[in-house]
Amino acid sequence: MKKTILCLSALAAGVSLAFAGPVEDREALMKERAGLMRQISPMAKGEEAFDAAKAQQILDQLAENARPGAADELFPEGTQEGTEASPAIWEDFAAFEAAWEKYAADTAAAAASKPQDQAALAAAVGQIGANCGSCHQPFRISNN
Amino acid sequence: MRGWAKLGLGLAALAAAGAAVGWVLTAPDPLSAAEIAALPQGDAARGQRIFHAGGCASCHAAPKSVGEARLQLPGGVRLETDFGAFVAPNISPHLIDGIGNWSAGDLANAMLRGVSPDGLHYFPAFPYTSYARMAPGDIADLHAYLMTLPPVEGRAPPHEVSFPFNVRRGLGLWKRLFLSPEPVVALAADAPEPVALGRYLVEGPGHCGECHTPRNPIGGLDKGQWLAGARAAEGQGKVPNITSHEQGIGGWSEGEIVELLTTGFTPEFDSVGGAMADVVANTSQLRPEDRAAIAAYLKAVPAHPDGYQPTQTQVAPTQEGG
Repeated sequence: MKKTILCLSALAAGVSLAFAGPVEDREALMKERAGLMRQISPMAKGEEAFDAAKAQQILDQLAENARPGAADELFPEGTQEGTEASPAIWEDFAAFEAAWEKYAADTAAAAASKPQDQAALAAAVGQIGANCGSCHQPFRISNN
Repeated sequence: MRGWAKLGLGLAALAAAGAAVGWVLTAPDPLSAAEIAALPQGDAARGQRIFHAGGCASCHAAPKSVGEARLQLPGGVRLETDFGAFVAPNISPHLIDGIGNWSAGDLANAMLRGVSPDGLHYFPAFPYTSYARMAPGDIADLHAYLMTLPPVEGRAPPHEVSFPFNVRRGLGLWKRLFLSPEPVVALAADAPEPVALGRYLVEGPGHCGECHTPRNPIGGLDKGQWLAGARAAEGQGKVPNITSHEQGIGGWSEGEIVELLTTGFTPEFDSVGGAMADVVANTSQLRPEDRAAIAAYLKAVPAHPDGYQPTQTQVAPTQEGG
């Protein structure tokens, strides 16, 4: 009996060491995403000189940050309370997952397009950015 | 006994008089024939701007519509509130299921007075408390524009509102308290033109205050906390403070407000969600000078601290979650 409890608590400790928790993970991911958009936006708008290498670096980071296939791992059932995730995510998880994957696909395509001038970068960033509002509209609430 | 009878009669008369007064006080108050006759000829091209400023598609397009589908207006969006569930009706120009047989005067009565063509009070889920501040000419233009949209067949399901809120007549009293065409924020006579235009767009067609201002227990807006943010009237969450208080958007430039109304991105490149994403779909269609005017007005609105209580889960996040 004691052994079981010991084993279980060791297991629990192991699990919580391995993962910071899906809520923390996804919030960090979204914050990083916003930060990358903020970095690339002035160049896409032509407010900053175009630099193909710098743009590509940020686009690659955005593509990596998109985490295709990770929707279920980052948004497990029962992690809505007190967060800005809308209950609608779990009412229709397939629709949420589709939006998640569309963002990942659009971001990967934008990075693969390797924009060589400001106009091409504007199109690439526009393709990524259109996902923000269309996914936040049904799936995000304001709770701060 | 005769004394008792007299008293009974007197009480009955009093009750009847009270009922009569109540009946008068709760009566719908439509526009006068002269006001209807004075409506100018509507212009559909101008009305398109009013359609976007009024955010009509947010509730009256079919739920989850995007792009061109937002011009089809069969209704059906549900607003779940403390008073019940309100379902937006069909306002496409369909002759039977929509408003195809409405005159501009009918639309003006609906938007300025909250009264239907058959003389009933509308529930204020339809934000006529804001639309009441609109210029009659803009409503004539909007009417002309709505009539150019595709007619859509089918009626939205009825509201699900329980007693006593389902007694529409009672709304007459509510309107006496909360329906007024007067502006909320007083501006100096020499206020800059964009601020005045912004006030019109925000307080009138934009109906921003309907969500961004806290309400009292009977659902009236607390104008003393105008735009200070509120608990969401439907669903979960908060609607942010958009006054220039530090808890609001005091740190934002007018350019940053314009950016949000154009693309949906905040200065931190967060992207707004929920109903505000729909609002951006509307405001992004306005003229650039309209968005600049909204920004100028918001910077001129008196600063208020947050109009909602901080959430209980506001304790510093711990690292233990897992």
